[in-house]
Amino acid sequence: MARVEIKRKSAEEATAAGEIVSGGITLRFRDDADHDWRHVEGDADLPDGGAVVVPLARLAETLDLNRFAAVGVRLAPADDARALAPYLTRLALVEIGFLTFRDGRGYSAARILRDDLKFSGEIRAVGQVLADQLFFMVRCGFDALELDPSVREETALRELERFQLVYQKAADARAPVWAVRGG
Amino acid sequence: MYQYDSFDAAIVQTRVEQFRDQVARRLSGELSEEQFRPLRLMNGFYLQLHAYMLRVAVPYGTLSSTQLRALAHIARKYDKGYGHFTTRQNIQYNWIRLEDGPDILADLAAVEMHAIQTSGNCIRNITTDQFAGAVAGEVVDPRIWSEVLRQWSTFHPEFSFLPRKFKIAVTATEQDRAAVQWHDIGIEILKNAAGEIGFKVLAGGGMGRTPIIAKVVREWLPAEHFLSYIEAIMRVYNRYGRRDNIYKARIKILVHEIGIEKFREEVEAEWQQVLPTHIDVPAAEVARIAAYFTPPAFETIVPPVAAHEAALKADPAFAHWVARNVVAHKVPGYAIATISLKPVGGIPGDASADQMDAIADLADQYSFGDVRVTHEQNLVLPHVRLADLHAVWRKLVEIEVATPNAGLVSDIIACPGLDYCTLANARSIPIAQDIANRFADLERQRDIGELKIKISGCINACGHHHAGHIGILGVDRKGVENYQISLGGSGAEDASLGELIGPGFNDAGVVDAVEKLIEKYRAIRQEGERFLDTYRRVGAQPFKEAVYG
Amino acid sequence: MSQIITANDLPTGDVVYWTGAGWTRDAREAALVTDTAAAEALGKAEVKARRVIDPYLIDIELVDGKPWPTRYREIVRASGPSVRTDLGKQAEL
Repeated sequence: MARVEIKRKSAEEATAAGEIVSGGITLRFRDDADHDWRHVEGDADLPDGGAVVVPLARLAETLDLNRFAAVGVRLAPADDARALAPYLTRLALVEIGFLTFRDGRGYSAARILRDDLKFSGEIRAVGQVLADQLFFMVRCGFDALELDPSVREETALRELERFQLVYQKAADARAPVWAVRGG
Repeated sequence: MYQYDSFDAAIVQTRVEQFRDQVARRLSGELSEEQFRPLRLMNGFYLQLHAYMLRVAVPYGTLSSTQLRALAHIARKYDKGYGHFTTRQNIQYNWIRLEDGPDILADLAAVEMHAIQTSGNCIRNITTDQFAGAVAGEVVDPRIWSEVLRQWSTFHPEFSFLPRKFKIAVTATEQDRAAVQWHDIGIEILKNAAGEIGFKVLAGGGMGRTPIIAKVVREWLPAEHFLSYIEAIMRVYNRYGRRDNIYKARIKILVHEIGIEKFREEVEAEWQQVLPTHIDVPAAEVARIAAYFTPPAFETIVPPVAAHEAALKADPAFAHWVARNVVAHKVPGYAIATISLKPVGGIPGDASADQMDAIADLADQYSFGDVRVTHEQNLVLPHVRLADLHAVWRKLVEIEVATPNAGLVSDIIACPGLDYCTLANARSIPIAQDIANRFADLERQRDIGELKIKISGCINACGHHHAGHIGILGVDRKGVENYQISLGGSGAEDASLGELIGPGFNDAGVVDAVEKLIEKYRAIRQEGERFLDTYRRVGAQPFKEAVYG
Repeated sequence: MSQIITANDLPTGDVVYWTGAGWTRDAREAALVTDTAAAEALGKAEVKARRVIDPYLIDIELVDGKPWPTRYREIVRASGPSVRTDLGKQAEL
C-alpha cells in the first residue's frame, strides 16, 4: 500500500460532554503530492489558475480553459461516473460525495472508475464518511478519505486495518480467500 | 454440510471483535444512534416492542446438531428460553440485551454461525430448498451455489448500502420450495442438453405493499459466470434503484418502472463491464465447496422395510404423521421428516431450548447430525432411515412437535405481529392460533387437504400473505385490528399473487370467514382439487358470496 | 388526554417510562407530562446522555389512579406479548 498521509484541517477538540470533534481529517493513500484544491460551486466564477474541483456540469468548460495546474470533479450521488470517460486522462481527482452514509451509489461510482474506466488518479470520498464505511470505500477504489468530523483518527485507522481477509474480488489489490486457499 | 476453514473462521471472528468495538463506541457516545443503527442492523440487532431482537443467520436453512444446541444455549443464557424460526430460514430471539450482543456473537462464532447481514439494506441470508441434498430430482445440491453466494455477499464492499434490503433464493428442483419467484433475485439451477450446470436468473420479485412476481432476466447463465452476472444486477440496482421513497426502493420497483427489457439491457451491458474484472470464483473453489455437500454415508437398504411397514399398520397416529410430514428421500430406505412447529394453538415457528436440544439429539442419532429450517417455519430431519422413523416420531410426540399437519390448514405462516414487532399494525399469532383451534380436528384438516394460510400483521408482508392460498393481512382501522382476506396466492413453482376479496373483519370475524371459505371449497371442489385449484377454476365470486352473502 | 414519556433503555432495550426523576420499567410509576415541549427536550437530553433511545410521548388513562396506555401497541409494550402472558412485564411486575 502507498504511504498513508494524514492531514488535519483543525486540531482535535474535546467538548465538555465528552464528544470528540476532530475536524477535517483526510486520509490519503497515494504517493503523488496533493494539490491545494479550490472548490468551485454552482455557477461561481472559476479562478485564474491553480487546482480546481468543479461540479460535473462544469467539467468540460473548465478543461477547455486549459489554465489550471490540475482539475478535479465532484460527483454528486446521482451523477453517472461513466460520463467522465472522455475526460479521465485530464483529471487528477474525482471527489465522490456522500450526502448521507446510507446512500451507497458512490461505491459503484468508484468501482466503475477503477475497474471499468481504469482511472488511476485520486478518488476521494467526501461528505458523511464514517469509520465503519472506510474499508468498503478503500476496497471499491477510493484512495483518499475526507472523514466526517465525528470520526476519531484512531478509530478510522483501526477499522481500515481490521479485516485481513476478504471473500470477494474488488477494485483493491486484496486477494479474495478463494485465491489464497490452499496456496 | 459446509465447514469453516481457518479463513472463514477468521473473518467471522473479526466481525465479532468489530461488533464489540461498535457497541463500545455506541455506549461511550462515539457513535450516535443514527450512525449505530445500520451497524447493529447489519449484525441482526433490531429494536422491537419489548427489547432488542437478534436475528441469527441460518445460511440456506442448514444447521448441524452442534449449531442447534448452540441456538438452544443462547435461548437459555441470553433470552427467555425460546427462539422463533422465520420465513427466511433464520432464527430470532426476542429479549436480547445489546450489551450481551458481542458475547452472543462470540458464542455463535464458536459453532460457525453469525448474524451478519440478517438485516439492513444489504444482501441478506441466502435461502433455498429445505430438502436440499435429500430430495430426488435435484440438478445439483443448491447449497453449493448458495454458499458461493454467501461468501461473495458477505461484507461486499460495493453492496452494503443498497437502496433497500436484498433477498436471493436458490432452487434446484422443478418443485419450488424456496419461493424463488418472490425474491429480489431468484435462481433456478438447470442442466442443459450437454449436461452442464447453468442458471435461470429471475429478478424483481417481492412482497410488501407492492407485491410483484419476479421476471426472467436470463434463461441460461453458464455456471462460470454466476457471480459476475449477479454482480451486474446488483450494480444496476445500486445505481438506479430509488432512494427517494423507502416504499419504492426495492429492485421490483426498478424492474417494474423501467420494464424487464430495459432492465435486462442494462444488466447485460453492465455484465460486459464486470466480466473482465474476473470476480467469478474459479471452478476449483466451487468444487472445494461442493465437496462439503457430498452426501453422507447412506446404507444400502432395499425397501420395503419390515419394521416400518409394521409400525404403519400398528400405529394409526404414526401412519397419519408419515402420510403428512414425511416425504420420499432420494436414497431408498430413507425419508425426509418435517418437524411441525405448528402445534394446534401454539405460536408458529417458536421452539423452546429444550425442544431444540432434543431435536439436535435426534439429528445426531438418526439424521447424520443434519437439521433444516423451512421457510414455512418448521424444522426438518433430512436423512432418516425408514426403520428409525417410528422411534423419531415417538420422541417428537414426547416433545410436542409431531403434529401431523405439514401443508394443512393449521400449518400457518405468521409473522410475529403486534405481539413483538414494532412495525406491526395488528396481531398475527392469535389469528393463527384461533384458526388452528377452529380446525383442531385433524380428520377435518386432512379432509380439507393442502391449504396454505399466511398471515401478516402489516403491509410489509413478512407473513407472506400475498402468497397464501388464503392470505390474511392485519391492518389498523381507527385503532382497531382489522383483517383483510386475499385468495389464490402461491409461493410455489406456480407462483401467483392473492387477490383481496372485500372488506376486512375483526379478529373473531376473520376466523369465521376462513371457515366459510373452506366450507365453500369443500362443497364445490372436484376430485383431487386443492383449495387453490378450486379457486383457480371457479374464481373469487363463489367465495365472496360465501363470505359476504 | 394525559401523556407520559416512554423510551427504550439503551444497553438493555427494555421498555421504560419517565418518573420525573429517572426511568422505570413500570408504566404505572410514570409521571404525567405537564409541558409537552419540556418532555420532548427531556427525551432528547436523555438520548444525548446515552441512557435511552427512541423517546416519545404516549396517551394514557388513569386506572386506579395510575397511568396506563390507551393504544393497543403501547399496552403490549407495557405488558408483554399477549400470546405469552408468562413473559415480560405482565409476569414480572
